[in-house]
Amino acid sequence: MSTTTALPLAPAAGLAPDATEAPGEATPVLRAEGVYLGFGGIQALAGVSLDVMPGEITAVIGPNGAGKTSLFNTLSGFYRPQRGRILLDGRDLTGVRPDRRAALGLARTFQNVALFRGLSVLDNIKLGGHTRLNANPLTALWYRGPAQREEVALRREIERDVIDFLEIDHIRHLPVAGLAYGLQKRVELARALAMRPKVLMLDEPVAGMNREETEDMARFILDIQEERGITVLLIEHDMGLVMDISHHVVVLNFGQVIGQGTPAQVRANPEVVRAYLGDEATRRAVK
Amino acid sequence: MTGFDWIALAEFSAIGLLSGGLLALVALGFVLIYKGTGVINFAMGEFMMLGAYFLYTAHVMWGLPLWMALPATLAAVALCAALVERAILRPLSGQPVISVLMATIGLASALHGGVDAIWGGRNYEMPQLLPRKPLFIGDVMIPGQVLWSFVLAAVVIVLFTLYFRRSRTGVAMRAAASDPVTAYVLGIDVRAMQRLTWIYAGLVGAMAGMIVASMTSLSPALGGAALGVLAVIILGGLDSIAGAIVAGLIVGLLESLTAGYLGGKVRDIVPYVVVLVILLVRPYGLFGTRQIERL
Amino acid sequence: MRIHDFRESYVHDEALWPTRVQRAWLVAVLVALAAFPLVGGGYLVGLMCVLGIHVIAAAGLNIMTGGAGLISLGHAAFMGVGCYTAAWLAQRGVPFVVTLPAAGLMAAALGVVVGLPSLRIKGLYLAVATLAMQFLLVYVFREWESVTGGVKGVNVPPASLFGLELNTDARMAWLIGGCAEVMLIGARNLFRTRVGRAFTAIRDKDISAEVLGIHLLHYKLMAFAIGAFYAGVAGALLGYFYRAMTPEYFTLQLSIFYLAAIIVGGLGSTLGTILGAVFMTLVPELLRGGVAFAAQWTPRATEILSPIQQVVFGLLIIGFLVFEPHGLVEVWRRIRRFFHLWPFRS
Repeated sequence: MSTTTALPLAPAAGLAPDATEAPGEATPVLRAEGVYLGFGGIQALAGVSLDVMPGEITAVIGPNGAGKTSLFNTLSGFYRPQRGRILLDGRDLTGVRPDRRAALGLARTFQNVALFRGLSVLDNIKLGGHTRLNANPLTALWYRGPAQREEVALRREIERDVIDFLEIDHIRHLPVAGLAYGLQKRVELARALAMRPKVLMLDEPVAGMNREETEDMARFILDIQEERGITVLLIEHDMGLVMDISHHVVVLNFGQVIGQGTPAQVRANPEVVRAYLGDEATRRAVK
Repeated sequence: MTGFDWIALAEFSAIGLLSGGLLALVALGFVLIYKGTGVINFAMGEFMMLGAYFLYTAHVMWGLPLWMALPATLAAVALCAALVERAILRPLSGQPVISVLMATIGLASALHGGVDAIWGGRNYEMPQLLPRKPLFIGDVMIPGQVLWSFVLAAVVIVLFTLYFRRSRTGVAMRAAASDPVTAYVLGIDVRAMQRLTWIYAGLVGAMAGMIVASMTSLSPALGGAALGVLAVIILGGLDSIAGAIVAGLIVGLLESLTAGYLGGKVRDIVPYVVVLVILLVRPYGLFGTRQIERL
Repeated sequence: MRIHDFRESYVHDEALWPTRVQRAWLVAVLVALAAFPLVGGGYLVGLMCVLGIHVIAAAGLNIMTGGAGLISLGHAAFMGVGCYTAAWLAQRGVPFVVTLPAAGLMAAALGVVVGLPSLRIKGLYLAVATLAMQFLLVYVFREWESVTGGVKGVNVPPASLFGLELNTDARMAWLIGGCAEVMLIGARNLFRTRVGRAFTAIRDKDISAEVLGIHLLHYKLMAFAIGAFYAGVAGALLGYFYRAMTPEYFTLQLSIFYLAAIIVGGLGSTLGTILGAVFMTLVPELLRGGVAFAAQWTPRATEILSPIQQVVFGLLIIGFLVFEPHGLVEVWRRIRRFFHLWPFRS
């Protein structure tokens, strides 16, 4: 399903939202180069380098405390690395604030669902479109005219591209506070999609979900990547999901990359097996 | 041409530092509640009022001798503080900051109005609680009441510091303040600790109120005096007793020097200028703990 | 009972008053408001003016505090700035149509300045900063005699609109009522657009808001500016209504009054603003009536009106916070939900 219908909304700054690299292009859309991040005495990231290739699903795995969320926070712009840099489409993001990175095409979900409790599902999702809207206080107070037009256009776009796709039309007017956990995570995904991102960063998208919910989420992630060409970077502990849907897996431990490659390569990497996939149960799940 | 008036400077400075003792005492009350329950208690001035008015009632209106009136007053204020904690703060625990803040503001209003309604708005004369005899260091005169208020404040603060460091309950209170869930699991009655925090803050406020009223006069205006102490706790750090002490001395000094050289009206806004400067430059104050948000 | 409520377009779904019944009620209320100054007695019409001013100021605070979560204890100071700006300009012959927005803009400019600390501090710390601002501004009001007339205050010439002098309560009531309606709708509109949504996002979880592309300082300053603008307009209208103002009006007590109004009414809700303002305006009037009644037996009663007001005020705030934290608007919503399906059981 193509999303190139002309809209009065501004596309994400830079490339049009649905432009993708042709398969086989070697330029990573997101790259971390030698990132060192420390807090006081703790070295969260010690020389992490990774490339996220466009149109692929890349997974970051590793034990708790390995630095995965710190990596995401650095990519988002909340932490400033002591050394190294982050590049989005070849553009150095050093010093670029988190809100600016959103406008450049970086979307993200959080480990503990970070929805806005005071808003409905629809309003939460509309917030994803924030950078693409133009209302200022004057047009907003008056509403009729440009503000109303862009609101309705955004609504139309969200209904068609996000709400129908993620099957959440029945809850769109409900306040998020009362929703089941699985639905909340889906709403957060919807909100990130509404940003029409280049790179979608998902922090433990299936944490706490049962089998059925996990399969639903996996299906959505695959659709996002295949049909919309959005690059996905995800952190996960569910080895089954990671091995099933990822094109590329990066393994972190103690703030360093101890192995990366295709799921098959990582599974067979003795370093990784020793550090992370050590016990029999996980190895069985991974097969 | 006469030389620079060193005597005046010395007097202003001495009075400033010493009156800072009382400021530190009231600040201690604020810090106790903030550390213990995460609330800025806008009704601190009203606790001061209660202390002063209760004492007046017991000693002047009912004729009890001071050695009976003082403990009775403190007990009454302790009871009020416990009631406040139980009836207002407990139901609101877990509510957002603005709610609890507004609750203390509402409490301040209700107490202020209540005192005004019961005792009337006129000025009363409080019994003298502290010796008036001034101390002379060379040509520098230090009023007796200011000196003794400092001594008293210092004693109370030292006692509290020792209490929190050494006694079992004191340490339990600190634990409950720092991590209520773990404290609870370890068998500390967190609710009782919070009630105790409010009682102590009430007592400290009452003592300060009694002293201030005896040095000036007793009227409902006493309630508004505590807002100036906000400067002390912001400068010192909302959760630091040491900060309250140091900041109390500094603010006292600043206020005294401003009053002496620039006049009374300017002195009234010194605390607020201090607050703004600190919040812009170093929001957590001299000794406050920096709040870090987990992403 | 809500029936035949089908939304056939997104425009319809996003409308402020989507159902016919709601629109009918709206028209009825507007007609009643327009007619009231003609039939109401002098005292009540004056009260309506004061109520309208309270509504405008409370609406501004509800945008800033209820909407964006920025606790402000200095709202009265913004009103004072608006009032003095309008007075100063009006005394020099500037027409009303200019002084009113100028008052708002002046207050908004100050709002931006007051909001600057929010770059580094939030929550309680920001509240204390606004408290300090409140005291400092009252000091300025008292001391800057050349502009504000100092403690003696200012006189304001009557407002004049399209050549008609607004020197009666009824005319002021129409003016204030009209302003209040426009500004309330504006406030409601704000939250239908990305601006209002950004405010709510900042209130709930500002880190998530940043990740979505919301520049925090920009929007916090915007919230301060808009809230202060409303207060400035309310202050200017106050000046034109009373025709004279002193600094003693714009004290911390008034700031707290407005905070109480939006808490009692319901944070972040336009209907809450109205309900809260109405409630807070009526309570002192009822008390005054009650005390005057009680004065028949206890002559001392009138002396303690002011302290009694403070006690009731304080108890109301505490009572609402403990028992009905979402305010009167939540009570209203419960009633409405009940009637959605009445007479069929829900």
